[in-house]
Amino acid sequence: MADLHEQSVAQLAAMLKNKEISAVEVATRFLARLGGNPHNAFLDIHSEVTLAQAQASDDKIAAGIAGPLEGVPIAHKDIFVTKDFATTAGSKILQDYCSPFDATVVTRLRDAGMVTLGKLNCDEFAMGSANENSAYGAVTNPWDTTRIPGGSSGGSAAAVAARLTPAATGTDTGGSIRQPAAFCGITGIKPTYGRASRYGMVAFASSLDQAGPMARSAEDCALLLSAMCGPDLDRDSTSLNVAKEDFSRTLTQPLQGLRVGIPSEFFGEGLARDVGSAIDTALTQLQAQGAKLVPIALPRTELSIPVYYIIAPAEASSNLSRFDGVKFGHRAKEFSDLADMYERTRSEAFGGEVKRRIMIGAYVLSHCYYDAYYLQAQKIRRMIADDFQQAFSQCDVIAGPVAPTTAWRLGDRSDDPLANYLADIFTLPASLAGLPGMSLPVGFGENGMPVGMQLIGNYLQEARLLNVAHQYQLHTDHHRQVPGGAA
Amino acid sequence: MSLTPHDIDRLAQLSRLQFDPPAAERLLGQLNGFFEIVEQMRAVDTSGVVPMAHPLDAMQGLTTAIGDADELGMTLRLREDVVSESNQREANQRSAPAVERGLFLVPKVIE
Repeated sequence: MADLHEQSVAQLAAMLKNKEISAVEVATRFLARLGGNPHNAFLDIHSEVTLAQAQASDDKIAAGIAGPLEGVPIAHKDIFVTKDFATTAGSKILQDYCSPFDATVVTRLRDAGMVTLGKLNCDEFAMGSANENSAYGAVTNPWDTTRIPGGSSGGSAAAVAARLTPAATGTDTGGSIRQPAAFCGITGIKPTYGRASRYGMVAFASSLDQAGPMARSAEDCALLLSAMCGPDLDRDSTSLNVAKEDFSRTLTQPLQGLRVGIPSEFFGEGLARDVGSAIDTALTQLQAQGAKLVPIALPRTELSIPVYYIIAPAEASSNLSRFDGVKFGHRAKEFSDLADMYERTRSEAFGGEVKRRIMIGAYVLSHCYYDAYYLQAQKIRRMIADDFQQAFSQCDVIAGPVAPTTAWRLGDRSDDPLANYLADIFTLPASLAGLPGMSLPVGFGENGMPVGMQLIGNYLQEARLLNVAHQYQLHTDHHRQVPGGAA
Repeated sequence: MSLTPHDIDRLAQLSRLQFDPPAAERLLGQLNGFFEIVEQMRAVDTSGVVPMAHPLDAMQGLTTAIGDADELGMTLRLREDVVSESNQREANQRSAPAVERGLFLVPKVIE
């Protein structure tokens, strides 16, 4: 039998249910792996809280009232507020902040029986594509520690890849689950906007933010997503009133006759050759399993960059106005009056990228520019969403790369915000439309870094995406590859 | 069209942020670089297109995997206007920088 940290969520759940191992033993083994904080992936750990949760899980298993994932460990991106762990959102402005409540997603996973290992590093307020915008230091990629893990859920992706946790939560505003999952060689899914409650998720861009699971396989993601989603009507006005779903139920369906849309815009000159070739091989594999490739068009793919980088900062500038040093978080030590207190507090505690986005947001929302920028962006957002509906009249799922390249070196682009924005090109369209999207590992690039393939589905088609990914993973072993240091 | 140093000052004031002169200059360059890629967006003909404020807005009228979007209640909604939370002032103020007798303290605003 493989070592405990090599077991999947599904395997651990079965072992715990069959009492082959206790939740306390599992938690203890994983906590032991967190010593020295490998990859700087974790921001907060309280072993006594984790072990108490594990003991409670063992009691439930003994009493025969175990949840479906009872005793299986998970760690949460530090964007989800938690009662028993600090929540910083990767920002100095929330240093040592302790929430009086748990995010709905955290509560749901706990209700399913999962044991919390701790909180995971991320870009400040989830703004970034490399995890270099965390106030608590960069996260390193387990496949090559001189490289970035992707972002903003970089701590989540690195922790899962390095086998520090079997599963993690992430959030995706413009690609923040899919891109780090791709860069770290793991599997992650962002469901349809509104599937998972945003209650207790520190807000970045409210019309885009969505929670999702990150794990090593589509099978595990299906289990986690089933536990996370469901209506939260009293606490999130954007929560869909759609019943809880078992996303595992169609995993075994064969791919015969599946129409996979291939957007030519995702395979243009901006795509690195090694990434393109890994994706091509994966598509050939899908064909071998009975899928048909259908050329489709997403003509406004490139426009999604300016559209997203206007809408998301506009919403961020509004959301982040709540950080003023009064009700929670950091307050400057010295100031002359109230306005000066606001300004000093925000200036010393927000990082560069956050300030840039607040400024862009303030500009595009200001009186003279609102129509030309913000409203125009919202109109093109509609056109992008319509393009997808057009495409889905010809195909069942859309496939392409997650990102134009594999993970770059730490520091390579940290002074060039625009280069980071441009690299989000393939994940932004689905985010703007609110569609479900996922990333699964399909091989390695020339530098030995993982390549992720993106699957995009129509609204509420998560089960279909997970089915396609699972069928692919039954016939390939890219998702079973382990980075050198993690064994 | 480019932003000017004056724009940076005005936006900083609106955003309650302060930048020292070198930081303001760097930011000006970065924002102007960004707005260059925005130009392509301004040229798009969007006459007659209804702005999309929200993904739920795009789901209206669609038939989804599990049924009709409108019948499924895939719309923005408000909950009943009833009290749902008890008073938890102490817990909610635990992370505040300055609190006295249940009140948030701020610098004096009225002379």
